[in-house]
Amino acid sequence: MNVPLYEKIWMWAAGGIIVAFVATVLITSIGGALQPPSHVETIDPTQVFKDPRFAHAGVAVDPNGATVVSVGMMFAFNPPVIRVPAGTPVTFRMTSADVTHGFSIVGTNANTMLVPGYVSQFTTTFARPGEYLIVCNEYCGLGHHLMSAKLIVEEVRP
Amino acid sequence: MSSRTGRLALAHLWVAILAFGVASAMALMQALSRAALDLPWRSAKMYYLSVTAHGTLMALVFTTFFIMAFGYVVAERTLGRPVPHRGLAWTGYWVALAGTLATVAAILSGKATVLYTFYPPLKAHPAFYIGATLLIIGSWIWGFVVIRSYRVWQREHPGERAPLALHGMMATVIVWLIATVGVAAEALFLLIPWSLGISKTIDPELARMLFWYFGHPLVYFWLLPAYVVWYAVLPKVAGGKLFSDPLARLVFVLFIVLSTPVGFHHQFMDPGIPASWKLFHAILTFGILFPSFVTAFTVTASLEVAGRLKGATGLLDWLRKLPWGDPLVASVLLSMLLFAVGGLGGAINAAYGMNAVVHNTAWIQGHFHLTVGSASALTFMGAAYWLLPRLSGRQLELDLLAKVQPYLWFIGMVLFSISNHITGLMGMPRRIYDASYGGHAAAEAWRGLTGISAVGGLFLFTSAGFFILVMLGTGLAGKKRDAEPIEWAEPLEPTSRRATLLDRYGLWTVVAVLLVLIAYAYPLWSHLQMRRFGSPGFTPF
Repeated sequence: MNVPLYEKIWMWAAGGIIVAFVATVLITSIGGALQPPSHVETIDPTQVFKDPRFAHAGVAVDPNGATVVSVGMMFAFNPPVIRVPAGTPVTFRMTSADVTHGFSIVGTNANTMLVPGYVSQFTTTFARPGEYLIVCNEYCGLGHHLMSAKLIVEEVRP
Repeated sequence: MSSRTGRLALAHLWVAILAFGVASAMALMQALSRAALDLPWRSAKMYYLSVTAHGTLMALVFTTFFIMAFGYVVAERTLGRPVPHRGLAWTGYWVALAGTLATVAAILSGKATVLYTFYPPLKAHPAFYIGATLLIIGSWIWGFVVIRSYRVWQREHPGERAPLALHGMMATVIVWLIATVGVAAEALFLLIPWSLGISKTIDPELARMLFWYFGHPLVYFWLLPAYVVWYAVLPKVAGGKLFSDPLARLVFVLFIVLSTPVGFHHQFMDPGIPASWKLFHAILTFGILFPSFVTAFTVTASLEVAGRLKGATGLLDWLRKLPWGDPLVASVLLSMLLFAVGGLGGAINAAYGMNAVVHNTAWIQGHFHLTVGSASALTFMGAAYWLLPRLSGRQLELDLLAKVQPYLWFIGMVLFSISNHITGLMGMPRRIYDASYGGHAAAEAWRGLTGISAVGGLFLFTSAGFFILVMLGTGLAGKKRDAEPIEWAEPLEPTSRRATLLDRYGLWTVVAVLLVLIAYAYPLWSHLQMRRFGSPGFTPF
C-alpha cells in the first residue's frame, strides 16, 4: 500500500499516542494502585436483609481502617449518613435489595454499580474532611433523583 | 435510481425522519426539566418516559432506519443494478416497522419506562422487548439483502473489489450482525421469557454483559455509515477527490475486527467482572482509536484537495474555498469538528482510572451527543438533504433553513455538551429529573451550567425543527424535476480494481469472531459457572 509521507508521519504519531495511553493505563493499574471496583461475590437479592453480610448496615472502625456496609434500595441508601475517619483506608461493601443502582460520592472518584445478586466492594481513602453528597447514578425508577445519602469525613485527632 | 429500490429506500427514510421528529420533542422536555424550569406538564413520570422514548427512537429507530435506507441506496448505486430480493427487503421493512410501533406503544402508554438500556430487573411490558427484537430481525433481513447484492455482483465480476461506499456498508453490516447476537440472546433467552412470566427471575449482571456486548459495536453501526458519507460522498459534493482509497478500506476492516471485543469498558464500575478482563477490553478499546485517527487525516486531506482544485493557495486558504453553504458539506464538516472532541473524550472514558470520575455522570450524555448525536446524527441529516431530492425527484425546498440548520446544531451542541461535560466532572449524575438534591451545596454548584445546557437544548430543538420542515416541505410539496444523479468520490490516484486482502469480508469476519471469542467466551463461561441468584422484576414507574 502506497501511503504518502505526511500520512505516514500522522499514522506513526497516532500509534505513538495510543501506545502512550495504553502504557499509562497499564502502569497505573498493575500492582493494584488504580483498579476499578471488580469484586466478584454473589448474594441472594431477595434475602439481603436476612443475609449476615448485610443484616447490619453501618460503619465499623478498627485500627487497620474502616468498613462500610451499605444497601441501596428504591429510593434510599441505608445508612443515610456514613461517618468515616479522614486519611484512613475505607472499604465499602454494598449491594442492592431491588433494582440496579449506582453509588457515587460527588467530588471523589468513588463510584460503583450496585447490581442485585452481586456484592460491590472497593477500598479508598478520603484525604479531605468534610460533608460529601452521595448520589444514585443509575436510573432506578421514578424516585431516582431523590436517592441520595451523606458521607461525613471526620478529622482524626491524634 | 431504479424507482423500485428508490421507493424502498424512501420508505425507510421517512420512518427515520418521523422518529427523529418525535425524539427531538422528547429531548427538549428533558433539557428544560433538568434546568428546573417550571413547565406546566413537568413531572418525574413524564421526564423518565421521555428519556426512554428519546433514547429508543434516536439510538435504535432513527439510526437503524436511516442506515437501512442508505444501505439500499449504496448497494444499488455503487453496483449499478437493482437490489435483489426486493420482496424480502419489504418484509424486513414491515417487520421492523411493526416492531417499532409495538415498542413505541409500550413506551408511550407508560408501561416501559426502562430507558433505552432496559437494564433488568426493571421490567417493561413484553411488547417493548418483542418490538425491539422485531426491529433487529428486520435489520437482519436488510443485512442479508445488502450482502446478497454484493455477492450477486461479485459472481459477475470475479476478482474485482467492491466500490468503496459498498465496502464501508459491508463493514457496517458485518459489525451489526456480530453485535446483535448479544442483544438477541439477551432478549430471547432472558428478557422476553421473564417479562411473559415464563421464567420467574433474571440475572441482571448476565443481562448487562450481553447488552454491552451489543452496546459498543452499536456505536460503530452508527458511525460507519457516517464514515461512508465522509469518504465517499463528502469529497465529491465538496468538489474534491478521495485522498486515499486503500487507507479508507483499511479503516473499515479495522472496525470489523475491533468493534465488538471492547464492551466491558462500559462496565468498569460493575461488580462480578474480574479486573483483568476489564483491562483486556480497555486495551482493545484504545486500538480502535487508530482507524478514526486515520480517518481524520484522509478526510481532511480530501477536503484540502477540494479547496485547491477550486484555486486555493497558501496554507489554509483551502478551508475558505469549501462550500460551507451547502447543507451536506456544512453538516459533515461541523459533525467532524464535534466528533474530534467526542472521540478524544471517548479515550478518557476508556481509561480505567478516569472512568471512575465520569461513569454515569452528565459527562456521558455530553460525550455521546458529540459522537452519535453529532458525528452520526448531523451527518445523517446532511446526507438526507442530499438524498431526499435524488430519491424523490423533487427539489430541496426551504433551502435557507437547510443551510442554517447545521450551524444551529453546532452552536446548540457546543452549549449542551460543554456544560454537561463540566457538570459531569462536578459529579452530577446523568438521567435525573431534578438536580437539586435538597439544596445540597454540591448540587447548587451545577445550577448555572444546567441552564446553559437547557439553552443548548433550545438551539438543538430549533435545528431539529428546521430539518423536519425541510424534509416535509421537500417530500410533500417539493417542485418536481429530473433527479440529480447519486455520485461517489473518485480517488485522487487511480487504483487497481482488483480485490486485495482488505476486500476479503469472510476472512475478516472470521478474525473478528475469533477476537470476540477470546474477549468474551471465558468471562461468560466462568460467569455461568458461578453460584448466581436470580432477581424478580420491578416496575417502579
